[in-house]
Amino acid sequence: MSLALFVMQCLNGLQLGVLLFLMAAGLTLVFGIMNFVNLAHGSLYMMGAFIAASVYNHTGSFGLAALALVPAMLALGLAVEYIALKKLYDRDHLDQVLATFGLILFFNELARMIWGASPYYMEVPDWLSGTIDLFGITYPAYRFLIIVVGLAVAGGCYLLIHKTRLGMLIRAGATHRQMVGALGVNIVLLNSLLFGLGAILAGVAGLMAGPILSVQPGMGEPILILTMVVIVIGGIGSVRGAFLAALIVGVVDTLGRTLLPALLRGLLDRSTADTAGPALASMLIYLVMAVVLAVRPQGLFPVKHG
Amino acid sequence: MKFNLRIAVPLLLLAALALVPVYAQLAQQPFYLILFGRIVIFAIAALSLDLIIGYGGMVSFGHALFLGLGAYAVAICSYYGIDNGFAHLAVTLLLCAGVGMVTGVLSLRTTGIAFIMITLAFAQMFYFLAVSLKQYGGDDGLSVNAGSRFGGVTLDNPTVLYYTAFVVLCLCLWAGRRLVQARFGMVVRGARQNNRRMRALGFPTLRYKLAAYVVSAMACGVAGMLYANLTHFVSPAYMTWTTSGEMIVMVVLGGLGSFFGPLLGTTAMLLAEEGLKALTEHWMILFGPLILVSVLLSRRGLYGLIEDIQLRFSRGDNVQESEA
Repeated sequence: MSLALFVMQCLNGLQLGVLLFLMAAGLTLVFGIMNFVNLAHGSLYMMGAFIAASVYNHTGSFGLAALALVPAMLALGLAVEYIALKKLYDRDHLDQVLATFGLILFFNELARMIWGASPYYMEVPDWLSGTIDLFGITYPAYRFLIIVVGLAVAGGCYLLIHKTRLGMLIRAGATHRQMVGALGVNIVLLNSLLFGLGAILAGVAGLMAGPILSVQPGMGEPILILTMVVIVIGGIGSVRGAFLAALIVGVVDTLGRTLLPALLRGLLDRSTADTAGPALASMLIYLVMAVVLAVRPQGLFPVKHG
Repeated sequence: MKFNLRIAVPLLLLAALALVPVYAQLAQQPFYLILFGRIVIFAIAALSLDLIIGYGGMVSFGHALFLGLGAYAVAICSYYGIDNGFAHLAVTLLLCAGVGMVTGVLSLRTTGIAFIMITLAFAQMFYFLAVSLKQYGGDDGLSVNAGSRFGGVTLDNPTVLYYTAFVVLCLCLWAGRRLVQARFGMVVRGARQNNRRMRALGFPTLRYKLAAYVVSAMACGVAGMLYANLTHFVSPAYMTWTTSGEMIVMVVLGGLGSFFGPLLGTTAMLLAEEGLKALTEHWMILFGPLILVSVLLSRRGLYGLIEDIQLRFSRGDNVQESEA
């Protein structure tokens, strides 16, 4: 494999990684602070993609789609949290898994009723459809934009969490929730806010993924499972861990998909290798997760306590 | 003897299930055999899951793995022309015990959320493995040409299959009850409540939990074997995480750690699914919120509801007794 192709695949891995980070950032905070398992996060991503695609297809403006997406996702996130999830914070994980599983079914069917079961297309905007030149490697401009947006959001999260008062409360909440509550901080409100923020980030991930993946009901689940893998590898509640783990998962998954079939071709005949390769590559990240959990159950980059 | 709702309702349900083939025959509705066959088979699977979730406190989010293993054992055996049911059963049990042992040892190093995720990871691994087996149909699945044949009896006949599944269910209920009440079950239940204390008492709890996990995996494998005989088809979809999720729904809906709960939960869930499907094409838009509401309203599932009603009845009796 040529070096240029390898770098290209690494960039693709990075692009998947930042998408996963957009999903994981919101989820890991709610996970960490409220100890809440939200399987419906993938549904928020799906709804984000559909809303953005609808606005884009009606107005033809990508910027307008992004602008409309933010308040819509905030409203949706807050509504879901208020109606369905608020009462479940003090329940055990099993009830939470179950309730949010019900929400997934609901949202998938809702999307199917509104937008139909077939994929809903969203094209790359004209001004981003070209390629750009990165040190001699041509790379699609839109994919490059995803990386830039993802890194910008990661930077924003870092500033929010480490440099602002709100971030201080978030960090404190992640370590000693009860103590922060006892000091007079409205931890419930803080969590609602975080949930809304997570919904916006998931919606942005949906918007960015829309033009490169197909927008269809059920698109949230594969990425949700990957996001869970990211969170568990990174350490629950740790945004830094989520970022690093997202990049690891993105790059491992993408490189595995390219390298493994090539490797298998040396061992098996071509058609078998071409079908077995991608499937086995999909196993790769779960293998990574199982190893990480078996060796370090708290994750690679856990939140430091004390 | 006092009338006890907690026993009466499940026994009535079992009696009704036993009569389904007769009814299907009379009403000329062979479809009922398939529907209730699914209920009985999934009840076995849910029962096996309840053993580890309800009694052992091990929330497995990947139990569909073993359902899939059992189904694939039948499909791959019959692919090679082996239709001996005893061979199918042996392969299923050995495979599930082996995989259960390996995944169990690794998974039980973790607890809580990490356990949920690691079991999910293993199920996903096997799902993608099944997808990659192009020889055995890959993503499209594999049809089962010849069902399991036990001597002169084949499970190809729907009525035979139904009664086999029903007998297996009854056996599992009986054996499960014995297991939970035995010393083994006491240790597993104790470890759920306070693992450290059980260890301090000198029980190697990990070994007991692992044994429970493997037993559960094997029982679920048998359900998978029956399921392949019912549908005459296997596909990787049997192992998806949504199937695992549905199995958890069945257990929790029925009532965790209650003996007849999984049976009640499975029946309620699959019948509700069927009823809503008849009602509207978009049945999931009702089914999803239904799950949500049932979680919000009840903490102990359907079996808990029955217990509450029973309590209300017997409270009246107790008052009279104490006065007398």
